[in-house]
Parts: sequence; C-alpha cells; structure tokens
Amino acid sequence: MAYKIALAGNPNSGKTTLFNVLTGSNQFVGNWPGVTVEKKEGYLKSDHEVVVVDLPGIYSLSPYTSEEVVARRFLVGEHPDAILNIVDGTNLERNLYLTTQLTELGIPVVIAVNMMDVVTKNGDVIHIHRLSDELGCEVMEISALKGTGIAEAARTAVEKAKARMHPEPKHNFSGSVEHAIAHIEEAMAGRLPKGQERWYAIKLFERDMRVIEELQLPAELIAHIEEDIRSCERELDDDAESIITNERYNYITALIRECYTRKNAPGMTISDKIDYIVTNRWLALPIFAAVMCLTYYISVTTVGTWANDWAANGVFGDGWTFFGHFVPGIPSVVENALTNWGCADWLVRLVVDGIIGGVGSVLGFIPQLLVLFFFLAFLEACGYMSRIAFIMDRIFRKFGLSGKSFIPMLIGTGCSVPGIMASRTIESERDRKMTVITTSFIPCSAKLPVISLFGSAIFGGAWWVAPSAYFAGIVAVLCSGILLKKFRMFRGEDAAFVMELPAYHWPTPRNLLRSMWERSWSFIKKAGTVILLCSMLIWFLSNFGVANGRFGMVTDMGDSLLAAFGNLIAWIFRPLGFDEWSCAVATLTGLVAKENVVSTFGVLFGAGELSENGAELWQRLSEMFTPYSAYAFLIFNLLCCPCVAAVGAIRREMHSAKWTLFAVSYQTGLAYCVALTVNQLGALFAGRGSWLGTAAACLVIAGFLYLLLRRKKPAPVAEEKREGAAV
Amino acid sequence: MKTLKDVRHGHTVRVVRVHGEGAIRRHIMDMGITRGTEITVRKTAPLGDPMELTLRGYELSLRKADAEMIEVE
Repeated sequence: MAYKIALAGNPNSGKTTLFNVLTGSNQFVGNWPGVTVEKKEGYLKSDHEVVVVDLPGIYSLSPYTSEEVVARRFLVGEHPDAILNIVDGTNLERNLYLTTQLTELGIPVVIAVNMMDVVTKNGDVIHIHRLSDELGCEVMEISALKGTGIAEAARTAVEKAKARMHPEPKHNFSGSVEHAIAHIEEAMAGRLPKGQERWYAIKLFERDMRVIEELQLPAELIAHIEEDIRSCERELDDDAESIITNERYNYITALIRECYTRKNAPGMTISDKIDYIVTNRWLALPIFAAVMCLTYYISVTTVGTWANDWAANGVFGDGWTFFGHFVPGIPSVVENALTNWGCADWLVRLVVDGIIGGVGSVLGFIPQLLVLFFFLAFLEACGYMSRIAFIMDRIFRKFGLSGKSFIPMLIGTGCSVPGIMASRTIESERDRKMTVITTSFIPCSAKLPVISLFGSAIFGGAWWVAPSAYFAGIVAVLCSGILLKKFRMFRGEDAAFVMELPAYHWPTPRNLLRSMWERSWSFIKKAGTVILLCSMLIWFLSNFGVANGRFGMVTDMGDSLLAAFGNLIAWIFRPLGFDEWSCAVATLTGLVAKENVVSTFGVLFGAGELSENGAELWQRLSEMFTPYSAYAFLIFNLLCCPCVAAVGAIRREMHSAKWTLFAVSYQTGLAYCVALTVNQLGALFAGRGSWLGTAAACLVIAGFLYLLLRRKKPAPVAEEKREGAAV
Repeated sequence: MKTLKDVRHGHTVRVVRVHGEGAIRRHIMDMGITRGTEITVRKTAPLGDPMELTLRGYELSLRKADAEMIEVE
C-alpha cells in the first residue's frame, strides 16, 4: 500500500531543497494535467512505500493562478494521506497564512519550520510546542540547507499518513463568520464530500467560483447561502473574501505575538544592505548590465564558444588534441568502423552525416547550456532574479511580457535553445508562453552568417543590414507581445506584479549543480528523440531522389526529394519575391540549423568549399534577388520557424504539441506577412509594383494594425465573477 | 482618499481598505496587505515603477497602478 505525502509551502521557503533531500535521486518530473506547471514526484529515501508529491510554490489556495488551482485540485481531489507544510521560520507571519488554509482540508498537516539555523543565529526563539497546540498539528524544526531535523519531520509525516486520521482545524473565525459558515454547512448537508465540509463551506462563503462551478448547486440553494453571506458582510462592513483574509491574518498576528520572541528590533539586515546598493536608483541599472554582460560573456562568448567549438568541431568534428595526443572525432571513428565492417555506403552516410551530424550539432550546445544554466540557477537561488524583474518590469510589461523576459531574449542572441529554456524562471504561465514563442525572433549566432552573406552579396556590405535585422527581431517580439495578449488564449487579467523580494542567501553548490543538470538533461533527451528523427528525415530527403529515371541516392542535391519538394512549394514564396526552388530548399535546410541556409546555396550553386563570407555566391545571388526580395528572404528566414533544436526546446517548455504547433505557425505566419510587405512595398517604391501585390501588402498592414490596436476584451475571469455576483 | 501610491519613501502607513476586484485584489490580500497592516514604503525601482515595500517582516514589490487600489490612513 503506497502512501502519498504532499509537500506544500510558499515560494522561496526551501521547498525544492527539502524535496531533494527527502527523495534523493528517485524523482520523476512531469507536468500537471492541462497546464505548463512542472510536477515533481519521488519516493521517500527512508521509506519506499511513501510517495512525496512536490506541489508548486504557492502563497494561498485562491482560485486564480494555475499553480494554486493545480495544488488545490490535487489536495482536494486526490486527497493525499498527509501534508508536509514547509514554513520559512524567518518569515513566519506570511508563511503561516497558507498553513491556516491547509489545516482546513481535513488532511493531517505536519509543519516543518525551515531556516531554524538563521532564526537561532538572530537570537530569536520560536515556541514550537505553543505553536503546535494552537494550530492543532505537529510542528518540527528543520534546516533544509544544513540537513538537520529533516528525518524526524519526514518520520512524523509518514506516521500521520499511516494513521489516516481526519483532524479538525483548531483555528476559528470571529463569531459572525463562524455563524455564517455553520449555516452554509447546514444548508449543504449531504452535498459536501465527507471530511472536507469545512473547506467547502469556507470556499462557498468566499464565493469561490471554482467551487460553485464544481458543486453545481441549484439556484435557490445559492440564493439561500447568499443571504447568509450578505448579512455577515453587512455586519462587518467588508466583502466576504476580505473578511476571511483579514481574519486569517489577524489570527496569525496574535499567534506570532505568543509564539515568537524576537531578540532585536528588526533593523537593517544584510539583505537590506545589499538591496540598498543593488536596487539603488542610480546603481541598479549599471549593476544589472554588468551582471548580464558577465553571464553572457562567460556562458556564450568565452567558455561557451570554447566548449562549443570543442564539442562541435572536435568531438563531433574532425578531432581534437588532448594533452598533445590527437583524439579523432566521433564521426571519423564511426565512419572508419562502419566502412571496415563493410556497411553499405548509404548507411555510412546516414549514420555519419544524418544522425551524428544532425544530433551532434545539437549536442554541441550542451557545454554552453551547462554553463548558462549554472549561472541562471545561481541568479535564481541567491534571490537576484526577482530583483531583475523588479528593475526591468516597467519596460516589458508595456508589451505584455514579464520583467524576466529580458533574460531569455538576451541569451537568445547567442542561441535560442538556452534562451527558450531560460524562460522557465518566469512564474506567470501566460508570460512564459509568450516569451517562449517570441524568443527565437531575436537573431541568434547561427543566423549571423545568413545576415552577413546577404549584407555583402546584395547590399554591398552596407552597415545597416545587421543592426536592422536585430531591430526587426526586437520589434517582432514587442509587437507580438501586444498582439498575442489580445487573443483569447492569452487574455485574462495582466498578471499582477505583486512579487516577493526574498532575502538574499548563498545557494548550496549541490542545488546549483542539480538544477543545472536537470535542465540540461531534459534537453539531451529531446535531442535523442525528436531532433534525431528530424535530422534523419531531412538527411534522407536531401540525399535521395530520382536521377536518370530511377529512385536512389543522388549526388546532385538538385535531384533530391527535398529539391522536388522545394519545387512544389516554391510558388508559396512568389509573393515574397523569391520563387526559385533553391530559395525554398535553403529555407527548408535552415530548419536543421540556420547557418545551413548559406551552405545550401553553396551546394546548389556548385560553389564547393565556401570562404568565410561566402564571396563565391555573391554573383549568383545578386542575379537572383532584387534588393527588396533579398531583404524579404532575409527577414523571412530570421523570423520563421526556428531550427529543429529550438523547436525541440519550445516543445519541452510548452509541454504540449498543440502549443508548439501554434508557436511555430505563428512565427512562420508572421514572417510571411512581414516578408510579403517588405517585398511588395519595396517593389512599389522601385516603380515595379503590381496592384495586386500592393493591395495584399496594404491588407496585411491594415490587419496587423487592427490586431495591434483593437481594444482588449474584458477578461473571462472578470466576466465569471460578475455572473457569480449577479446570482 | 489617500492611497499607498502617494506615500513617500521611508514612511510607514496603515491600510484602511483594499479596493478593486478579482485576482489582483485577492493576490494583494493573500500577500498580507489587509485592513490594519503596517506598510513601510522603501523605494521605487530605477525606472519609476514598481515600488518596494516592507510589511509583516518581508519585502514585497508592487506596481503603482496596484498600489493605487490600497487606501491608507
């Protein structure tokens, strides 16, 4: 018989650390049904009969954010055998607010007061027994960081779980509220799940729309309850939701007065002193810029590039030298082995070029990812990440993005893959999705060769080409923010920026390494599955085809299936000004890696080995493109569906094929519209425009402006709320 | 009506009522801003928004637009 213990607590209360200590490496990471909120489960190290479920970090069980709803649904619906509630001892007052709600669920609660080492160091005392008596549940002192008290806390929780008791909460509201709640319980007799009557009654009193929806009560019953609520509201001159919240906090304030002895009056803590400088009016932005430059410089420019070169050109390339010994790269080793075994040539090519080449170019990112994720984990764990949101919020929220969206965008200039994965630090699900969708608009380092090729070949190396590409990327991000926010799926109230600024602290190396590894590993797994398949598919398409009347491997890419397919779809790009099949093929191969756009032109034009700036191609390209169709091609390739690795990362972060498809279609659709406008208006100004093209461009602009400027419809939450009130 | 938005840096005020409705209001209250709570305004972010507050022994940041919903003494 397996027992389930839910681990609940505020964000920044040390929940993740505790979970890691409790379960060790026996963890499964998935996601909660229907939302992109990560779900972690694991077997208790000391007792394999017990499953620990890590709930998302929450402040309350209100019905509004997806994290809170997920936690509620689990606690009420799946009814775990016990709740281990981790509480930050240095911030007892706000942390106990969640506790007062957890104790009402009819599930045994064990409270683990964390950071006791800090509390003791400050000379403060928490009267554990008193707290335990008042709250009616076991209270244990622990330090997740130092590892003290955890075994005892876990043992107590397991005992409670195995005893299967239904505890009564000791905490009461004031007379008139209790009166109303008792009335509601009475009116609902027989309709509420056993053991959870009080929880449901309180939620009905709060007019919690999710509970009202779930219970499907007849209208007269709701009206009856409404009377009780109204009379209580009149008496206390406040609305029901505030009454409950106020009373919870008043109760806690009284509790703290009895159970917490503070040694010194709170003065400037170390955290305050750090913030005095770090979020200072004048210093905050320079410090932020310095931190970002350092992070970017180390993970993308120095260590990242060095490690990437080693991985891409050494391990997955020709070979590398290790202390003076030459170590051949994986491709040549495998190629030799396969040839020696007498494998067919096509199989050798498939394994070496298709699989190792494709997956290798993706795995080449791993060292860079490791370094980057280490830094991000540090910024997150030490508390600076919330300061970043604090500093940058003003700029990004104008465009419907979060203050933390800055980090994915910045990292995205190096590579979209870690950029997209860095979006995981954004709490709001909506902001996170929007950031994931828009990050790849920022030109990554693989798009630079494409930009520089076209800049030199068509525009004579004009200075403005590269900056304009970045500018276009940024504008695409910001406009998408405004535009997407107005669609139903992204609608909803602006995520409130009511954010805790947690006290700074040194993270443990163990936690940093763990977080770094978890994120990188999920990417490696993706590379082994989706990306592997895509690489093989594209390799197959570009190497097989019909030549001299029979199907087989082709030496000229012009005969390949990919080229045939390119021919087939080339007409799609006619409005964008490039309808030659080679452009379509280059765009398709760009899906493996964007720098392939350049090399594909090289192969198709028979240019052989390309020099750094692709000078061999300039002549042909300038014959093929007009300046505006060239710019349209460039813009299309920068904004459209990113490379397979980035799509894999999007899939990983979205946890949903549907959302991934939406992201990719949106990106490609936007790219198409922008490129069309560029080409058609360019032609118009050059005096070669057609009325049809111009009309199409005008239509696109009009549609775009409409989507951008139309008024946002009221949020569905507010609508439901009003309906609820009308009842 | 005096709101939290008008409070100058370094001053401490007491909450009278939280106006507004829906998720944001509930979230503000859940974070401990309820009737009678003492709030100290620490500073505003370098770009003028949001504000940094101290209440119930911890630091909270809040946009000015939301601070406007909080009536203070």
